[in-house]
Amino acid sequence: MNPFSSGTRLRDMIRAIRACKTAAEERAVVRKECASIRAAVSDNDNDYRHRNLAKLMFIHMLGYPTHFGQMECLKLIAAPGFPEKRIGYLGLMLLLDERQEVLMLVTNSLKQDLNHTNQYIVGLALCALGNICSAEMARDLAPEVERLLQFRDPNVRKKAALCSIRIVKKVPDLVENFVNPVASLLKEKHHGVLLTAMQLCADLCILSEEALEYFKKRCTEGLVKVLKDAVNSPYAPEYDISGIADPFLQIRLLRLLRILGHGDADASDCMNDVLAQVATKTESNKNAGNAILYECVETILSIEDSGGLRVLAINILGRFLSNRDNNIRYVALNMLMKAISVDGQAVQRHRATILECVKDSDASIRKRALELVYLLVNESNVKPLTKELIDYLEVSDQDFKGDLTARICSIVEKLSPDKLWYIDQMLKVLCEAGNYVKDEVWHALIVVITNASNLHGYTVRSLYRAIQTSVDQEAVVRVAVWCIGEYGDLLMNNTGMLDLEEPITVTESDAVDVIELAIKRHTSDLTTRAMCLIALLKLSSRFPSSSQRIKDIVTQSKGSLLLELQQRSIEFDSIIEKHQNLRAALVERMPVLDEATYSGRRSGSVPAAVSTSQGNALHLPNGVAKMADAPLLDLLDLSVDEPAAPNSSGGNFLQDLLGADISSSSSQSVSGKIQAQKSGTDVLLDLLSTGSAPAQNGSSTPDIFSISQDNKTSISALDSLSSPMVPPVQASPITGGSPMDLLDGFGPNPPVPKDNGPAHPPIVAFESSSLKIIFNFSKEPESPQTTLIEANFTNKSSEVYTDFIFQAAVPKFLQLHLEPASGNTLPSSSSGSITQKLRVTNNQHGKKSIMMRIRISYKLNGKDMLEEGQISNIPRDL
Amino acid sequence: MGIRFVLMVNKQGQTRLAQYYEYLTLEERRALEGEIVRKCLARNEQQCSFVEHRTYKIVYRRYASLFFLVGVDNEEVSRAHTFTIMCPNELAILEFIHLLVETMDRHFGNVCELDIMFHLEKAHFMLEEMVMNGCIVETSKANILAPIQLMDKAS
Repeated sequence: MNPFSSGTRLRDMIRAIRACKTAAEERAVVRKECASIRAAVSDNDNDYRHRNLAKLMFIHMLGYPTHFGQMECLKLIAAPGFPEKRIGYLGLMLLLDERQEVLMLVTNSLKQDLNHTNQYIVGLALCALGNICSAEMARDLAPEVERLLQFRDPNVRKKAALCSIRIVKKVPDLVENFVNPVASLLKEKHHGVLLTAMQLCADLCILSEEALEYFKKRCTEGLVKVLKDAVNSPYAPEYDISGIADPFLQIRLLRLLRILGHGDADASDCMNDVLAQVATKTESNKNAGNAILYECVETILSIEDSGGLRVLAINILGRFLSNRDNNIRYVALNMLMKAISVDGQAVQRHRATILECVKDSDASIRKRALELVYLLVNESNVKPLTKELIDYLEVSDQDFKGDLTARICSIVEKLSPDKLWYIDQMLKVLCEAGNYVKDEVWHALIVVITNASNLHGYTVRSLYRAIQTSVDQEAVVRVAVWCIGEYGDLLMNNTGMLDLEEPITVTESDAVDVIELAIKRHTSDLTTRAMCLIALLKLSSRFPSSSQRIKDIVTQSKGSLLLELQQRSIEFDSIIEKHQNLRAALVERMPVLDEATYSGRRSGSVPAAVSTSQGNALHLPNGVAKMADAPLLDLLDLSVDEPAAPNSSGGNFLQDLLGADISSSSSQSVSGKIQAQKSGTDVLLDLLSTGSAPAQNGSSTPDIFSISQDNKTSISALDSLSSPMVPPVQASPITGGSPMDLLDGFGPNPPVPKDNGPAHPPIVAFESSSLKIIFNFSKEPESPQTTLIEANFTNKSSEVYTDFIFQAAVPKFLQLHLEPASGNTLPSSSSGSITQKLRVTNNQHGKKSIMMRIRISYKLNGKDMLEEGQISNIPRDL
Repeated sequence: MGIRFVLMVNKQGQTRLAQYYEYLTLEERRALEGEIVRKCLARNEQQCSFVEHRTYKIVYRRYASLFFLVGVDNEEVSRAHTFTIMCPNELAILEFIHLLVETMDRHFGNVCELDIMFHLEKAHFMLEEMVMNGCIVETSKANILAPIQLMDKAS
């Protein structure tokens, strides 16, 4: 067969493909060719097999499937002639991979060719084996390859060495068979053999500790000498590259020495001299020389310490760093990352230069430099470095801002010396690249802000300024909206001014303007708008005079196509309009968010379940980001959840409202049930537990809204709640004249119902000229006999009571357990209260009502006082 | 040296030679080539010759209308005693590309895109003599070309 006869047609095909104007044309040509090759394959055409395979290789390169040609490769390999074998093996390597079954069939041909008398055929087989052999083939053919390591022709030996690398990687137990042959190959003069033997040696060292020890002892000196010769060798044209003798060999030597010298003082000692020689004698004005220096530096940094050499190495890197060639600077940055662990101080010296590289126009260099800077930052230099990086953020490329922002935020979070600095830097980043900041970063910022109570005023004012200039950065807008909602009042009166701060004059309407602008921006997304609505609700309470305007803005979202916004808008509108008196309590400031818990959650160490019972407070900010569908729930929950603030428990009050409302607005039978069966709590729980968190902590405020999510009548429910008509509070014999006007009674009558309050309204158990006691009741559904009473004591006089002790006695059919009181000092003029829990078990439940005698002792201006009384107005059904 | 692929691509981004030293499916190859070509061809002369992409570090060099791209490992072996052994020497790879081009030049005489297209198998034979299983076998142009010239003489 004449190989040229096939060449013409191959040329034709390539020309036809080149002439194609479109991808469709190309596909058509390829399809036609493939069809004719398939036909030739099925005809078992011998003459054109060679040519067809060449075509298939081309087609394969273009990215078309060529699996039907695989058997052709095998046939060509099995052919006797060198040209057929050569193209056959090439096809084998290109078209097949070790996963394919066909490969099994080739093992025998390979074995024959490895034993062939023609060294070129042996070379072909070795090359193919080295590129594609599988573990099974490796086992089968390893003896042949081992033998070929001693073949007379060095060109075969070098290929056998590389082939061995694949074999030992596939079958690591074979390592020991190769150790001795490699040791003798390392003594050769032929560059190709040396090069490949060193690679095999390195791989053996990685695979086996024993091999490593063996080579450390036996070969280090020899290799050092080879390197010395290479460095000092006279001009050898064949291996010379721009005046340097075989840089590839030198690099390989340095690399192997690195492995041998790592962790071994003796071996390292042995190579010190030659490394110093390489580092000083190698020309650094050509790429090849720099490649050697680069490798040499890495070797010096990896082997055991020798102070002088390390200085030399770091100096070389410094020179690289100031080189004008970008390639050299790139590798310098690369290597400095490794040098940090060896000599951080030395790397710090180049900080300024590295920082310049962050600003390079080349993306690869910037990326490297940024990673390096990140490693260089420590407590002592964090401020100037961050400043530089943030300054650069302004002018950096769009596609680099993401990386840069993430790094800056990470540095600031990790190393900020104080909260003021943290907040300042974050605000700067947000202003420059707020759209690149990840959600958890600005969440963390809010956590920090809530914890820095002395900086609330400063922060909100800074944010107010920031949002004026950076209104297009979503994250700034969100944080600013959140803070203005929370701390809007601090914006007006310049509270907590810091020395460095310039006073600003902001009116209420300015603050509302900002939020209005944010909610109306077309780019604002659901989260931002939801946050705006909440902020507006909060401001409506903080800025009473702007209330009407805020209401108008909120109302505008009533028509929003986004259900969430629409619903919130309607709800908030209703709160602003009709619930003046509970609004203040509803929108109180968020409690301080727990930094430790947040960072724990961020790193994923705290299971999510924790958040349900203990505190939705963990949801940040206002839970909007995590629960975008129910931002309000969390908000309300949080404001109600404020620990140890019984006075502010608007939520509890609401719960009462709801209980009353349900009993009044739903059918009489339901309310009858509540009263009669004392299962009111269950009914209510069912009614209430439509959404979100279980009402474990007794605050059912969120549930009002979750009901409203399911039940479109909620608005009317809310409306009826607020109707001036006093809902009928059935059959609870109230004494003490507490007017249970559930809405308007809020102010004068601090209600402190707890837990399952709705079924049993609180009573004024005792009242004298100086003292008032209110009982709140709750039941445990599973034991109707037990009643939990929370007694709430208030001091009506103008003097403080100290050493306050409450005692109670009950008839025999009752059992009483008194829990410790919340305190023993009662502030004057009803400005505070003490609460104490009583657990009463009524053995004649349903027949007799709970009654008790009480005795209260306290000290008034150091004088002992005593008050006694009897409580018999507790409802019978308790 | 952990070479994972060698690509030759023209200015239009068409692949002219592709040799992989690890198995990738056709689809993976096509996607990878597309991504790399887009990334590398967009860079200008002044920028450095290294691009990090996925787990590869790509070292590339442009000769007239032809781009030579070599993908090497971008990951390091993390065994205690093998400190950064797999870490590629980008400059050496750059030198290797130059050696490849010089070798082709010596054989074809001022090699161009068409030489490689129409003599794809010869280009592969040369590469085969230089790289095997991702390692450099031979760096002497005479040794690389000897078997090929022998073949040419024989036919």
